[in-house]
Amino acid sequence: MQTTKEIIKLKDITVSSDGEQVLSGLDLNISDGEFVTLLGPSGCGKTTTLRIIGGFVTPDSGSVFFDGKDMAKLPPYKRPVNTIFQRYALFPHLNVQDNVAFGMRVQGKKKTEIRETVDRMLKLVNLVGFNERRIDTLSGGQQQRVAIARALANNPRVLLLDEPLAALDLKLRKDMQAELKNIQKSLGITFIYVTHDQEEALSMSDTVVVMDAGRIQQIGTPQDIYNEPKNAFVADFIGESNILDGIMHEDYLVEFFGRKFPCLDTGFDKDEPVDVVIRPEDIDIVPANQGHLTGTVTAVTFKGVHFETIVDFKGFKWMIQTTDYYPVDSIIGIVLNPEDIHIMKKSEYSDMFGDYSSYSDEFDELGNPEVDLTEDTAAEVEE
Amino acid sequence: MKTLSRVYNGIIFAFLYAPILVLIIFSFNDSKSRVVWNGFSLRWYEALFQNDEILSALWVTLSIAIVATIVSTIIGTAAAIGIRSVNSKLRRVLLAFNNLPMVNPEIVTGIALMLLFVFIYRTTGLLQPGYFTLLLSHITFCIPYVVLQVMPKLRQLDPHLYEAAVDLGCRPFTAFIRAVLPQIMPGIITGALMAFTMSLDDFVISLFTSGESAQNLSVTIYAMVKRRVTPEINTLSTLMFGAVLIMLILVNVMQIRSAPKDKRRSS
Ligand SMILES: Nc1ncnc2c1ncn2[C@@H]1O[C@H](COP(=O)(O)OP(=O)(O)OP(=O)(O)O)[C@@H](O)[C@H]1O
Ligand SMILES: [Mg+2]
Repeated sequence: MQTTKEIIKLKDITVSSDGEQVLSGLDLNISDGEFVTLLGPSGCGKTTTLRIIGGFVTPDSGSVFFDGKDMAKLPPYKRPVNTIFQRYALFPHLNVQDNVAFGMRVQGKKKTEIRETVDRMLKLVNLVGFNERRIDTLSGGQQQRVAIARALANNPRVLLLDEPLAALDLKLRKDMQAELKNIQKSLGITFIYVTHDQEEALSMSDTVVVMDAGRIQQIGTPQDIYNEPKNAFVADFIGESNILDGIMHEDYLVEFFGRKFPCLDTGFDKDEPVDVVIRPEDIDIVPANQGHLTGTVTAVTFKGVHFETIVDFKGFKWMIQTTDYYPVDSIIGIVLNPEDIHIMKKSEYSDMFGDYSSYSDEFDELGNPEVDLTEDTAAEVEE
Repeated sequence: MKTLSRVYNGIIFAFLYAPILVLIIFSFNDSKSRVVWNGFSLRWYEALFQNDEILSALWVTLSIAIVATIVSTIIGTAAAIGIRSVNSKLRRVLLAFNNLPMVNPEIVTGIALMLLFVFIYRTTGLLQPGYFTLLLSHITFCIPYVVLQVMPKLRQLDPHLYEAAVDLGCRPFTAFIRAVLPQIMPGIITGALMAFTMSLDDFVISLFTSGESAQNLSVTIYAMVKRRVTPEINTLSTLMFGAVLIMLILVNVMQIRSAPKDKRRSS
């Protein structure tokens, strides 16, 4: 992580609406020039967090600091941040260049300066020559670019983006991800980006903030979040995870499935119950007689790069990603190296995730990154 | 079957419009008679525009219509925005209150306003029945029509437009003017035209709230007819009919022009 100067600080933010806690005790520090992503399932409070920074929501308690100064009294129109709204919110009665010039006209900038900036912005977002076009003649991706140009034309210190690519198709989304990242790098401004797409979050961000139920679950670099999830929720939400009950006997030694495994983790009490995370791609399959554990293959799905193989170990089903094909009912062994095992403290999310017993392909075909594969959480996903 | 329905339609239209047609034709009659056609002439139109009583009533009608339109459009638009911003339960109640005066018999509204004005005049000496009470009553009954026209536009409005404008540096009022107003303008214009038409058109409420000092055209005609029906009445009625007709056509054109655009946007 960069150790540059802090630009935004959220301190102990609490928001409730209709007696329901939307955000509880949220603390977040954001450095100047950072690309921060708020990641979490629908309804976890991402938009609300963004709106607090933008000044559109006043928290019940807690403070927002900008450059160390409390922003409580600062209305949205005076904050040095600009927002890209989920549905763009372009002004339909204005053409492309008047949309982009909107903020500068409000500030009373000079005509020549406005024209020059509009052209520079349209060039930045690859819309040269679109000056006179009406908004309703633009495609979704083009409208998105106009929204970006409009926000950047105001020269904000911080850009807030609320699922800006959610409405675009996959191909365009990938292109725009790269483009946004480039824009952020070349302008050097801070991006606070909201998404519920974990791939997007991992590939674009300097820092990922994983949220659930109005609380921050973990803050870290994409690698930290992926390799060292703090609890079962993070482990499950980011990528695929097998999560098992274990006992941490001492530093570097954990027991699960009645067998002791060496690991790399320290700092737990003696014999503390823990959650053990094993990523499906870290597991090596070996002949049954050579494995630490043996199990039976119950389902195999071809995913292009690998086979997603579901294996039954004593009634607990694991997902293993392997490039070799093992047919259903074959008996295999697995080897777990110390670096494949990650130990987490028990949390309220323990036992909710990480079992692939109810796994079915149909879920996967929905292509929805939010769909959890356990039954109790699948019921929560509505949209 | 087809012919039958045509005949039926014909009869209905005849009943509806024959009296008006007769009235219009005889406004051009070159004699005092309301039965015998004596040839085309504009003499009654000339006479009309030399009749001081009618001219002053025309002034009252037009000036009241214009001022009532402006004031009720501003209040009605603000009211619609207010109604839109409260929770849905309260919104339904407020809309019911808004719609009530439109279905309420005009005579009830008229008498109620009259009693109110008289009460205020007796107790405080303010609001002597006359031009100002007439204006107030017209503003009052025009507001619901404006609210009704602006509401659907507000419903279609993207709530983030206002926030986007504020985000880009507009103070709340500027944001409203620059981002929201252009989107709801068609509704406001239709509402204003409706208000203008309603004000021009009104008789019952005006009768109860105008007082001696300021009477609008319809009340003046009523008073004249009670004395003696002159052909001038025909000409005046023809002009009023024409004015209201033009206004209604304008309202319809406005609504048609803004409708297909909305459909495109919502699809
Ligand atoms: N204006 C509001 N009135 C009442 N409740 C609200 C309001 N805005 C948000 N909430 C509630 O706050 C919670 C968090 O909402 P928020 O919009 O921040 O979620 P989100 O993480 O952005 O979700 P999504 O991914 O679906 O956009 C939700 O439970 C939502 O119902
Ligand atoms: Mg959201």
